[in-house]
Amino acid sequence: MVYATLAEDLKELHHPKTWVGKYVWSQDHKVIAVQYMATAIGTGLIALVLSDLFRLQIGFPGSLSFMTPELYYQFITMHGMIMVIYLLTALFLGGFGNYLIPLMLGARDMVFPFVNMMSYWVFLLAVLVLVASFFVPGGPTGAGWTLYPPQAILPGTPGREMGIILMLASLAIFIIAFTMGGLNYVVTVLQARTRGMTLMRMPLSIWGIFVATILALLAFPALFVGAVMMMLDRILGTSFFMPALVSMGQQLGYNGGSPILFQHLFWFFGHPEVYIVALPAFGIVSDLLSVHARKNIFGYRMMVWAIVIIGGLSFIVWAHHMYVSGMNPYFGFFFATSTLIIAVPTAIKVYNWVLTLWKGNIHFTVPMLFAIGFIFTFINGGLTGLFLGNVSVDVPLSGTYFVVAHFHMVMGVSPILVVFGALYHWYPKITGKMWNEKLGQLHFWLTFIGTYLIYFPMHYLGFLGMPRRYYEYGQTALVPHSAHMLNAFITVVALAVGVSQLIFFYNMIWSYFFGPKAESNPWKATTLEWQTPDTPPAHGNWGPKLPTVYRWAYDYSVPGAPDDFIPQNVPADGTSRHHRT
Amino acid sequence: MWIGIAVFVLMVGSVLFHLFSPWYLTPIASNWTSIDNAVNVTFWVTGAVFVAINSFLVYAVIKYRNRKRSRAIYEPENAKLEKQLTLWTSVGIALLLTPGLYAWAEFVNIPGNASVVEAIGQQWQWSFRFPGKDGVLGTVDVKYVSDNNPFGLNPDDPYGRDDVLIEDSTVHIPVGKPIKMVLRSKDVLHDFFVPQFRARMNLVPGSVTYFWFTPTKIGKYEILCAQLCGIGHYTMRGTVIVDDQSTFDAWLNKQRTFAPARAGIHELVTKRG
Repeated sequence: MVYATLAEDLKELHHPKTWVGKYVWSQDHKVIAVQYMATAIGTGLIALVLSDLFRLQIGFPGSLSFMTPELYYQFITMHGMIMVIYLLTALFLGGFGNYLIPLMLGARDMVFPFVNMMSYWVFLLAVLVLVASFFVPGGPTGAGWTLYPPQAILPGTPGREMGIILMLASLAIFIIAFTMGGLNYVVTVLQARTRGMTLMRMPLSIWGIFVATILALLAFPALFVGAVMMMLDRILGTSFFMPALVSMGQQLGYNGGSPILFQHLFWFFGHPEVYIVALPAFGIVSDLLSVHARKNIFGYRMMVWAIVIIGGLSFIVWAHHMYVSGMNPYFGFFFATSTLIIAVPTAIKVYNWVLTLWKGNIHFTVPMLFAIGFIFTFINGGLTGLFLGNVSVDVPLSGTYFVVAHFHMVMGVSPILVVFGALYHWYPKITGKMWNEKLGQLHFWLTFIGTYLIYFPMHYLGFLGMPRRYYEYGQTALVPHSAHMLNAFITVVALAVGVSQLIFFYNMIWSYFFGPKAESNPWKATTLEWQTPDTPPAHGNWGPKLPTVYRWAYDYSVPGAPDDFIPQNVPADGTSRHHRT
Repeated sequence: MWIGIAVFVLMVGSVLFHLFSPWYLTPIASNWTSIDNAVNVTFWVTGAVFVAINSFLVYAVIKYRNRKRSRAIYEPENAKLEKQLTLWTSVGIALLLTPGLYAWAEFVNIPGNASVVEAIGQQWQWSFRFPGKDGVLGTVDVKYVSDNNPFGLNPDDPYGRDDVLIEDSTVHIPVGKPIKMVLRSKDVLHDFFVPQFRARMNLVPGSVTYFWFTPTKIGKYEILCAQLCGIGHYTMRGTVIVDDQSTFDAWLNKQRTFAPARAGIHELVTKRG
């Protein structure tokens, strides 16, 4: 038997006996998942508040008396870095990865539970170091989330004293934490699947998380070395990224380094990072659509290959962030071509999502609303990527609000809609309680419509030529009064969307204490996490015996079957037809 | 149901917004219509795809909503349909890539008759240099930068003596002639961005970057730094004034060259002896 070694219950489980052992120093993947989620979302809240504050400055310049340019640049920097790394990456991989991988694959836990626990605590340390930078002299770095040298470490940039050092340290610590978790996820997927769970029977959520983790393990080292090298430039005066220069009239001792080298390292990480966030979202949304439309995901095998191909291609497109960076312009031909090719497997995923809804039996549950909202938002964000990827089209748009609108649509709002859908979807399993439907609906509508109203018009400010990262525009001939009005409108909507997230938190917290008890499989889903003997699943997940898998994850509405779903652990019988996997 | 209607309204609203909003590319003032064409082709292709996929989404969501006794069909794959979709998507991508790469081929090939203008960035101001009568910019190095020699010209380089130095954030250029903008930064990254010219490039300390364009309309244009360069980033403005040839020549002749400043530097060196 191929799966014998780890899928068999050879190891005795040591159940923790104390409260601290159960919920704090826990090695249970489910507890670690919740710890990761709570920390990531808590950090994300800081970023949300920062964004509303700097949006006030953009929409109504001067309205906040304390908002100096220093603070403005510090806020946009921290907002970006927190959202990309400490919220989205940590939430999808550390949160959903931890929760779903063992449960969906029929394992008792991650393969290395102790390392898994360490991963969370080191991640928490990274968050604390990051947050500490708000309290050091000079404040956090205001170098922009891309941290481009030389300005990131020179006078004239806020947080040059301590903030940048803490930021780089925090990133390095985060990467160490992630590596511990990431190796766990990959090995668990490859080694700890239960009997019958072949790779091509895995739910797409797992495929997305699995490939994203591989990308992260390969991409984060580039950021790690970049962070270490910049730290050396800043503290020891080395010149990895620093050419000879005159800073504020002062000749500095640097010589011979290359600022563009940092950009290559940053984006060699940074572009796969987009897919580190997007692929888990792609996978999870596929499962949400399938479950709530009571229909198999359309073109499963194509979906798996699209994830793998997108993952592979994501490593050869990074310099599309650098068309006007001053790198050799001939690179533009290659990177524009590779970038537009990646649109093909991405488009196939979109087609297959819509084709999954086609002839389905669509239940407009809250998770489904978020999934459909994601499709619409992602189509928009994906298509504007074709502007920025296409080298010469990028030239007038690079560094403008078009870019801000694009990446918020495609890797901000889209994945966050999936995060919400996923939280509503799995909340009954995680907590054993059910949330309030009406509040969930309200939260969806305010978030979906609100975010679109923020980011769709923003593209047009970019067309005008308004550069991003401007504290204020003052008198600029090409910025008409109407553009300022639009900025004010966007700010108002952003504040409303920000405040409306309170509905979500209220719903989640209230339901945890007072919500009705959830059924063990409220969505009538086929995947293994819904077939656990306990809800929420106990330590070890499966009781005395691991489940055995007999079919793929998408046997919904199978002709001849009495119910409209057949769980993966139900043996094949004569009446049901199941997918050839 | 409502989500189908909402997606429909947002889709139609987006198209109408595009057609009727007052905001679009700021009118062009250079030769780079090929970039604008590529933008427009991209808009048409992506706009058509946007409407097509979302219409299908709306239709599917409304038509196949859950009703009493409704049941989904069971169709795991449809190889023929998937192949067709892949093929047509690839065709669409090729359609977009062609004008994009065509414009880029123009972008990377500097016309032989382009005249050189250098823009120098520092936190948070612009200055400019013309190569003078010999048509060659003198060599520069950060180590020569001083109060007397803010451009950092090499005092021993004969090519630098006739270089025209503009210690001001306003520069004039002649209309209708291709210009190779040579870019240099003394401190951090900057970006020479005049939205009306479309073409632009980063300034990178330690190296010399460039791009080219031909200004086509006489007028005054604002340079906006578009690469975050510190707390003064948003104040780093400059002005390009596009003149007819004679006005430009008259302006250029009034500007000082490096020669007198250079003499001063030499004097200083001798005095220090």
